[in-house]
Amino acid sequence: MSDLALSVDDLQTFFYTNRRCNKAVNGVSFEIRKGKTLGIVGESGCGKSAMASSIMQLLTRLSRIEGGAITYHSDRGDIRIDQLDRDGAEMRAIRGEEIAMIFQDPMTALNPVYTVGYQIGEALRYHTDLDAPARRARVVELLSDMGIPLPEKRADEFPHQFSGGMRQRAMIAMAMSCNPKILIADEPTTALDVTIQAQIFTLMNKLKEENGTAIMLITHDMGVIAELADDVAVMYMGNIVEAGTVDDVLRRPRHPYTRGLLDSIPVLGRGRDQEIKSIRGATPDAYDRPTGCQFAPRCDFATDACKVMPDEDTLSETHRVRCHHVRKVAENA
Amino acid sequence: MANAALNRKFDRIRAREEAGQNTTRSGGRAMRKLLSNPLAVAGLVIFTIILLASIFAPLLTPHDPQKIDLRAMLQSPSAEHWFGTDRTGRDVFARILYGGRVSILVGLGSALIAAVIGVGIGAYTGYRGGWVDAVAMRVSEVFMSFPQIILVLLLVAIVGQSLLNLIVIFVLTGWGGMYRMSRARMLSLREEEYVQALQSFGIPTLKICYKHILPNAMGPIMVNITLTTAMFILAEAGLSFLGLGVPLSIPTWGNILNVAKDIRVLENNWWMWLPVGTVISLFVLSVNFIGDGLRDSTDPTLQG
Amino acid sequence: MPEPILKLRDLKTYFPVRAGVFKTVVGHVKAVDGVDLDVLRGEVLGLVGESGCGKTTLGKSILQLVRPTDGAVIYDNNGAEVELRGLSDDQLVPYRKQLQIVFQDPHSSLNPSFTIFGSLEDPLKQYGVKSKAERRRIIGDLLEAVNMRREYMDRYPHEFSGGQRQRIGIARALCVGPEIVVCDEAVSALDVSVQAQVLKLLMDLKVERNLTYVFITHDLSVTEYLCDRIAVMYLGRIVELGDTADIYADTLHPYTEALLSAIPVADLDRKSKRIVLEGDVPSPVNPPSGCPFHPRCPKAVARCSTDVPELKRHTRNGRDHFAACHLVDDDAP
Repeated sequence: MSDLALSVDDLQTFFYTNRRCNKAVNGVSFEIRKGKTLGIVGESGCGKSAMASSIMQLLTRLSRIEGGAITYHSDRGDIRIDQLDRDGAEMRAIRGEEIAMIFQDPMTALNPVYTVGYQIGEALRYHTDLDAPARRARVVELLSDMGIPLPEKRADEFPHQFSGGMRQRAMIAMAMSCNPKILIADEPTTALDVTIQAQIFTLMNKLKEENGTAIMLITHDMGVIAELADDVAVMYMGNIVEAGTVDDVLRRPRHPYTRGLLDSIPVLGRGRDQEIKSIRGATPDAYDRPTGCQFAPRCDFATDACKVMPDEDTLSETHRVRCHHVRKVAENA
Repeated sequence: MANAALNRKFDRIRAREEAGQNTTRSGGRAMRKLLSNPLAVAGLVIFTIILLASIFAPLLTPHDPQKIDLRAMLQSPSAEHWFGTDRTGRDVFARILYGGRVSILVGLGSALIAAVIGVGIGAYTGYRGGWVDAVAMRVSEVFMSFPQIILVLLLVAIVGQSLLNLIVIFVLTGWGGMYRMSRARMLSLREEEYVQALQSFGIPTLKICYKHILPNAMGPIMVNITLTTAMFILAEAGLSFLGLGVPLSIPTWGNILNVAKDIRVLENNWWMWLPVGTVISLFVLSVNFIGDGLRDSTDPTLQG
Repeated sequence: MPEPILKLRDLKTYFPVRAGVFKTVVGHVKAVDGVDLDVLRGEVLGLVGESGCGKTTLGKSILQLVRPTDGAVIYDNNGAEVELRGLSDDQLVPYRKQLQIVFQDPHSSLNPSFTIFGSLEDPLKQYGVKSKAERRRIIGDLLEAVNMRREYMDRYPHEFSGGQRQRIGIARALCVGPEIVVCDEAVSALDVSVQAQVLKLLMDLKVERNLTYVFITHDLSVTEYLCDRIAVMYLGRIVELGDTADIYADTLHPYTEALLSAIPVADLDRKSKRIVLEGDVPSPVNPPSGCPFHPRCPKAVARCSTDVPELKRHTRNGRDHFAACHLVDDDAP
């Protein structure tokens, strides 16, 4: 177990708005290996962002971790994050220093009234003992590592003076400032142009290699998974339906949803005659979920057995699926 | 921590959900939120009581508010006159009830007329933009910079006191606020894609502006109307208290309060000013509570 | 050889930048900066580029939703050519019927206060459908054409999912029977599994109703699948234009090359060297001198910073393939 950075075991996170209970994350288990990238892929409503918020203990006021365990394997031993007080000293020490997060929209994630250098320096001020000149040096070093030209000048500028790509780099700089063991990236490039995305991918790979950071990358884009991820977990309506190495999941998908997702995207290079099959139906209403397997109403392989939530099937040492009809799906490959 | 109560609430909701007893009543959220706000509910209750009392005044008191009875001057509250009588023997309770009619009418009427003018202009100029918008803004600023009291004094000096004059002045000084608010809403709503879709069909500007966009701005406008009503009622009371508002022959809450300018009345005849003052305060407070409650319940960004 | 249904000649759309107390014009955002383009009848023309390239403004300039500053938009109205830019709003009304648009954001493209019937009614009234019963019939038929039930016309937008709302948007675009439909990032805001449904719907409708599409997107994977020809835009100009197969297999412009290589592809077997561009997507307020792409171009030479390259016609494989680059040889076989 020593090569694991984080273990999540049967996590459940429920949201309570409008007097309804939304089981956004309903029994999710996975592990993040040290120095590797775990890609969490799923569409809107699948609960991936809720999962990230749970790990960072940054859930909204009207939600809570209902059950399960989040275990952070730190140098000091295992820490149960779900048991920590959300605003307590221990969690705040972990947040930012050992587990850091970058968000989807860099414009709203940075405070417009403080300079970028100040914001990056805040993490250093709180988590390290460096004095002001040392912090300043570190900020400039970070900006330069992230590929921002003229870092001494840029550190004193405000977020609105940065372009989208640079803002995202600044946010990554902020997250990496204390050399965290785990970096959670929630759709980090969705709001960016494709050529800028490419820059950020290169940067993230470099960070992984140079610092040994474990990355949990949340996205809806299978292409990004293919580019960056070592391991993959596919989420649908609060459950992980398939997980494995990127090789397992992309080359040998065994869950109807994963299969359907891969078949429905046009892939660059396959030309006009590629066949694209859409998944019928739509994601169910979060408050009106089907019983048992959430994907059953849209699944071509569904039978009555699917009214019960399937257990996890282990296909290989790395590859797990949650489906009653794995065999049939495999035959239909 | 404060979480304990929240946790229990969550447990209850979860239990109900798992028993299949929860349904999202669509459209009910705003109403439900309003009714769960204790201040708003209190406001609604008080507002309704006072309003109904004024409307049904004849049923509640046999006395004529205008009837002078010199034999019954300055009597303190009794079984015959619940709030006593004033300097000319008129029943105070009856005057408050009938006075309410005028005060509420002035307040609500002015607010509605100001809203029609303000929203009507604001919606159109906000949508059109350009020089039309710039001119309208300057005009509204001119009107808004007039202090109400000066205007009232001016008009009273020239044309004399009347109910109509008061309403006119309130509308003139009040439309600017409604104008700016509806213009601001329009500026953000006109960028919505459904507006561009309507433009792509060549639908006329007036139709787009009033039929399609305006309904989406009504939420904050309604709230503003309630709050403006309260403001005008207070303004009328203040002006009438000073003797500048509605002529003394017509009872309004402010008029009744007018007598409290005399220190002897203040000291000796509390029934002539205290009930009226309380009614005004309660009514305005209740309208404010309702307005606040409406604002909270229709704001989609507030959680819950 | 199909005839052009739409001809754009040196189209320019500039937005003034005002500053100072007197709001004097200090510069222009050159959103569309001299575009020459023919849209052929019955084709799907892809308009691709990143943010700030002007593709959305170009789409709206065609429809006169944004009034172009200069140039010509010539529409072929059954043989008679009409110049749309010079027409007033009233004169445009009969032509607006023929040119329609589907928007990107399913959440703001429908009026939340109106039922679907209410939203679609006014366009029909505008174009002479006098009886209410007739309007209900037409709207019902339209909803069925986009695979939705007739009864849905009496519901409100918030009762529908994003994919359904997008389909309603398509129904609205078709309600008066246009010839040309501009799809402005019509599937970009949808979940991946729903995108495929909407793409297929668009293609079916095109065949049924003899439509011509201008398909605006930043997603080059989708355009490979969907489009007959593709125009690549950068900073308000078209830098490459040609048949889809040619653009992907025989890319001429360095920007298109970089764009194609930057796209994350969900295919593990695809090994292509990624060209990572330096710097940011530039702003159209201060375009660089000479070729707008030269500051980021890996192949730039001295000439590129002084001379603006024209969109020159080249012949490749017997077909027209336009590129705006000094380095492209003429007429290689």
